[in-house]
Amino acid sequence: MPTSRFRLAWLRDPLPWAALALAALTFGMPWLKPLFAAAFSGLDRPLYEQESFAELVLSHLTLVGLSSAIAAAVGVGAGIFVTRERGREFRPMVESLVAMGQTFPPVAVLAVAAPLIGFGETPALIALTLYGLLPVLRATIAGLEAVPAEAREAATGLGLDAGQRLRQVELPLALPVIVGGIRTSVIINIGTAAIASTVGAKSLGSPIIVGLTGFNTAYVIQGALLVGLLAVVVDLAFARLGRRAGRWRGSTSP
Amino acid sequence: MIDIQNVSKRYGDAVAVQDLSLTIPRGEFTVLIGGSGSGKSTTLKMINRLIEHDSGRILFNGEEIRRFRPEEIRRRMGYAIQSTGLFPHWTVGRNIATVPQLLGWPAARIAARVDELLHLLGLPPDEFRERRPHQLSGGQQQRVGVARALAADPEVLLMDEPFGALDPITRGALQEEMRRVHRRSGKTIVLVTHDIDEALGLATRLVLLDQGRIVQAGTPAELLTRPANDFVRDFLGRSERGIKLLGLQTVASRLRPGETAEGEPLQAEGSLREALSQFVAHGSERLPVVDAHGRPAGALHFADLLRPAA
Repeated sequence: MPTSRFRLAWLRDPLPWAALALAALTFGMPWLKPLFAAAFSGLDRPLYEQESFAELVLSHLTLVGLSSAIAAAVGVGAGIFVTRERGREFRPMVESLVAMGQTFPPVAVLAVAAPLIGFGETPALIALTLYGLLPVLRATIAGLEAVPAEAREAATGLGLDAGQRLRQVELPLALPVIVGGIRTSVIINIGTAAIASTVGAKSLGSPIIVGLTGFNTAYVIQGALLVGLLAVVVDLAFARLGRRAGRWRGSTSP
Repeated sequence: MIDIQNVSKRYGDAVAVQDLSLTIPRGEFTVLIGGSGSGKSTTLKMINRLIEHDSGRILFNGEEIRRFRPEEIRRRMGYAIQSTGLFPHWTVGRNIATVPQLLGWPAARIAARVDELLHLLGLPPDEFRERRPHQLSGGQQQRVGVARALAADPEVLLMDEPFGALDPITRGALQEEMRRVHRRSGKTIVLVTHDIDEALGLATRLVLLDQGRIVQAGTPAELLTRPANDFVRDFLGRSERGIKLLGLQTVASRLRPGETAEGEPLQAEGSLREALSQFVAHGSERLPVVDAHGRPAGALHFADLLRPAA
């Protein structure tokens, strides 16, 4: 392949550009202070300076990363369990339990959790984990059920035991769908984590909430811009991961 | 090799297999044939415990199959199915290597075996080893399915309508391939089909089932010449029985060596059924015969078709 075409393909990939924009905005927000001062001339403090934006992005990512990791582990585990022979009867129960977790608005979960557990990161983590479970569980069940019956029969007939069949055949074949579910879950949680600032968890929601209560539109924009960009970058990264997981399908997308 | 003794299988009220007894001798190409619901597939799957029988005994090399772990017995019996069941996320090579991998063969031995099998089934290893199943035609996929079933050199090969989904030409080619594999390896093969021509062409022993029972078992010629009852006669195609019988024998078996004749030559290895077709098509009563290398071998007379084999 000619180098020029290779370079062009790299330039057309939106992921590095979005990541670059996110990094630039995270570390370069202070330099935009004059811009915000000019746009919102009525504000005394046009730039959110209680914490650095790098700090906020980091704690936002930690919150999302932890809750999504737990949601993914529990969701995939439960999905595997209820599609096995001995777990099949638990499936309706698990599904409705998890659906309930998502029906509760995260604000309500936070409101209930805060007085019980106290303010801070823990109630936020609980709310986000509960909220992120459903997409992962649904995707895991759907992915495992979409495994061709012939592949499963052949695996059994050739002498793979239940564990080998799951690890070598069913999970790899379901992986693209499962990654899609985790992607949905993480993207939802990136948005929802902003609300976690209402119970005192530090996140990119902090400038938004402070801005909303103090009528400081500049704060709101600064927080929202970063949350939005973060979601875009993570979504693009997952899209790439999903393509990689489904490479064996030989899909038309590169 | 496999001894099925008074085996029954029910699904609720429906009887799939009823008090069935069958011995599958070593080295035979046994074909189980019957309509849908005859119990042929159930019988096959009970042998490798994909379906557990309700009563009776199934012996493998004299030992009750329930004494083995199901995985162990399955790894000792190759298994191929109609839709191939190839694993779409693995390359052709990795698919074929499935059972050797499970058995923990060293990598070099696996690689050599994969190439050997690709070769045996007419798929050049360098071209096909790294391909994925979706990049293959239906016939090639089925060849890989057969190669995968043969990979660990199993004692028995079980095949459940392996060629059912293929077009007639590919099907014919693969049937020829299976005959060759059987001749060369002397492997015990059990194949399920509903296609009587496939059964007559492949079987050294034919077992006709209906409603979970064996109606008749024997060589294809036995079933054609001495059908046990009207059901067998009907199943084998009442009006075509003679033609099917001719299909079992080669031109070589009735050949008049040294004689010559005019016309388009017959292949010595071809069946008498093809010879009959040629006689009728050419309106001729005598045709020359050539051997596999195209050399004149003799002649065949139309009347020879009725003569008992030499």
